[in-house]
Amino acid sequence: MTTERIDRRFAELKAKGRAALVTFVTAGDPDYETSKQILLGLPAAGADIIELGMPFSDPMADGPAIQLASQRALKAGQNMKKTLELVRTFRAKDTVTPLILMGYYNPIYVYPKERFLVDAKAAGVDGLIVVDVPPEADDELCVPAMELGLSFIRLATPTTDAKRLPVVLANTSGFVYYVSITGITGTAAPDVAAVHQQVKRIKASTTLPVAVGFGVKSPEQAKAIARGADGVVVGSALVDAIRDTVGPDGHGTAQTAPRVLGVVKSLARGLAAG
Amino acid sequence: MAAKMTTHAKAQPAAKKAPAKKVVGQSAGKSSKVAGPRGANSMRTGPDDRGFFGMFGGRFVAETLMPLILELEKAYDDARADPKFAAEIAYLNTHYSGRPSPLYYADRLTKHLGGAKIYFKRDELNHTGSHKINNCLGQILLARRMGKTRIIAETGAGQHGVAVATVCAKYGMPCEIYMGATDVERQSPNVARMKLLGAKVNPVTSGAGTLKDAMNEALRDWVTNVRDTYYLIGTAAGPHPYPAMVRDFQSIIGDEVREQMLAAEGRLPDTLVACIGGGSNAIGLFHPFLDDKSVSIYGVEAGGHGLDVPNGHAASMNGGKPGVLHGNRTYLLQDDDGQILEGHSISAGLDYPGVGPEHSWLKDTGRVKYVYATDKEALHALQVCTQQEGIIPALEPAHALAYILKLAPKLPKSNLLVMNLCGRGDKDLFTVAKALGMTI
Repeated sequence: MTTERIDRRFAELKAKGRAALVTFVTAGDPDYETSKQILLGLPAAGADIIELGMPFSDPMADGPAIQLASQRALKAGQNMKKTLELVRTFRAKDTVTPLILMGYYNPIYVYPKERFLVDAKAAGVDGLIVVDVPPEADDELCVPAMELGLSFIRLATPTTDAKRLPVVLANTSGFVYYVSITGITGTAAPDVAAVHQQVKRIKASTTLPVAVGFGVKSPEQAKAIARGADGVVVGSALVDAIRDTVGPDGHGTAQTAPRVLGVVKSLARGLAAG
Repeated sequence: MAAKMTTHAKAQPAAKKAPAKKVVGQSAGKSSKVAGPRGANSMRTGPDDRGFFGMFGGRFVAETLMPLILELEKAYDDARADPKFAAEIAYLNTHYSGRPSPLYYADRLTKHLGGAKIYFKRDELNHTGSHKINNCLGQILLARRMGKTRIIAETGAGQHGVAVATVCAKYGMPCEIYMGATDVERQSPNVARMKLLGAKVNPVTSGAGTLKDAMNEALRDWVTNVRDTYYLIGTAAGPHPYPAMVRDFQSIIGDEVREQMLAAEGRLPDTLVACIGGGSNAIGLFHPFLDDKSVSIYGVEAGGHGLDVPNGHAASMNGGKPGVLHGNRTYLLQDDDGQILEGHSISAGLDYPGVGPEHSWLKDTGRVKYVYATDKEALHALQVCTQQEGIIPALEPAHALAYILKLAPKLPKSNLLVMNLCGRGDKDLFTVAKALGMTI
């Protein structure tokens, strides 16, 4: 069962007394080769868990930074088959770092979804975050994914009240992703104290680790959030580093991967110092 | 043909025996879940409790929005069980919108085409110039019941945006409209109207800057301001309960047609035709007739440059396949990888890559026949209508007219055909003039 990779990683980090650095980049951003270089470099740079975005033309829950990442990837020819190929390449080199695919339902639905789950599992994916498939639609994707041994990681948000929380937690495995703001990715900065309180509330209802994301950009912020959580997710800051280093053709340059991995290193140092 | 006639002959007396049960103006207050006259085989009972019409519809939204979507569903259930809510809508429909809109016999067009007897349902005569006001009045009252203090909406052609800005002005509520930058340009008269009404118009440049991108931005706003904001969706699409709710508010169109046709001809119409973008005007006309098997129903999609032109049309059902976008499963224009295509139509109001989920279900069940008309055919039909009837239709219903130009001559003179003339053409003058090479 591949969920074991996620469980083992959180257990190791707990023993070390530090929170997980969860990094998000979009598969194929800004192009396949550069994306592969970034992905393969992430564990050494300090990423504990990898979230890999499946590009989508209409990412409704994401801010401009991640929408542009999808657009760059799609323009460079990325598609679901190539995203899974990227995962296979990664898994051939790294058998311990958990890898989670994150995105929207439609590209999975038309793949079609049954074959997607089988292919994702075979490629070495550990879990899925599918933003627009709520617990009310668990029979669509969550239950079939669990049956294959893939974790289905659910988002809990500031609007997930006490009554709803058990619904959200019911079929969640691996960890819970707490969305720190009511909003889209990479915009407002979360209120650290409020986030810690919310994490405590969630942890009272589950034994799963809780990672916090949306709006976490700097090492200081990551460190502050990590004091009251089991993991911190950083995405837009890495994606911005890609945006800032692409060439005039929209493809990666010699600076792209080093710059992104540099951001990851400084975030990892921040967390380790916590 | 003979078989078809027999069906008509059988069905008509039945229709006469059962006169319209509904009172004009009260459809919004009726629950779609109430069995009432709808039997076990009724096609009017959907959606199910989870918001599905067959496999289509549902609630595919981010977790931040789920609690609100569930709250909205409950608020709408309460509202439609409340006679005061229905009475308030009925009052506004009569005194604010000017309903019922006339059912007009288009005699010259009928003679010109030499077939079916053509009636126009004149929803372009409503206040604000289209059917969109029917839905906006219902939803603004609901937003007020829910205690929301800020309204957001998306708009394509600007007809929905104008209707939203109008009801927000009437109730003194702040309102922000998301509109694709491309549409802001091609529908400038409506942008001016919205601004005059006090709305903030936000041009959307992300993606291709059209209706789907405007909807993405509206969803982003909603997710960010979920606690005080009501998202007033303009078409019978989106997450449950929107498709059912918008349909209920628009069903006054079909309810009135039923009553007006019985008064004018003593029987039900034989043929209904409406254009389909998201499909709110169409479902409003169609829904009250879904169980009347004698009534043939046609939805006309935007064929743009033609269905054979890749990404050159907006015919989601004729040229797309099922997928999940904007909260519902429905037919979508998309590539093999599930990426949504922009599509194209000369009509900004039809230029959307999806369609309301109930239409997808009606297509798959075969109850409604979905066809299409191209940009050129719609432009031609607009001119025919203008010259034969002295009515300038919007480019959206001009697509329905274009199909009628083909269909009506093939039908017998006894065939009673109703087209929903859901919007007036003033807003399209610049687009039409440009396409026809006129100078304004």
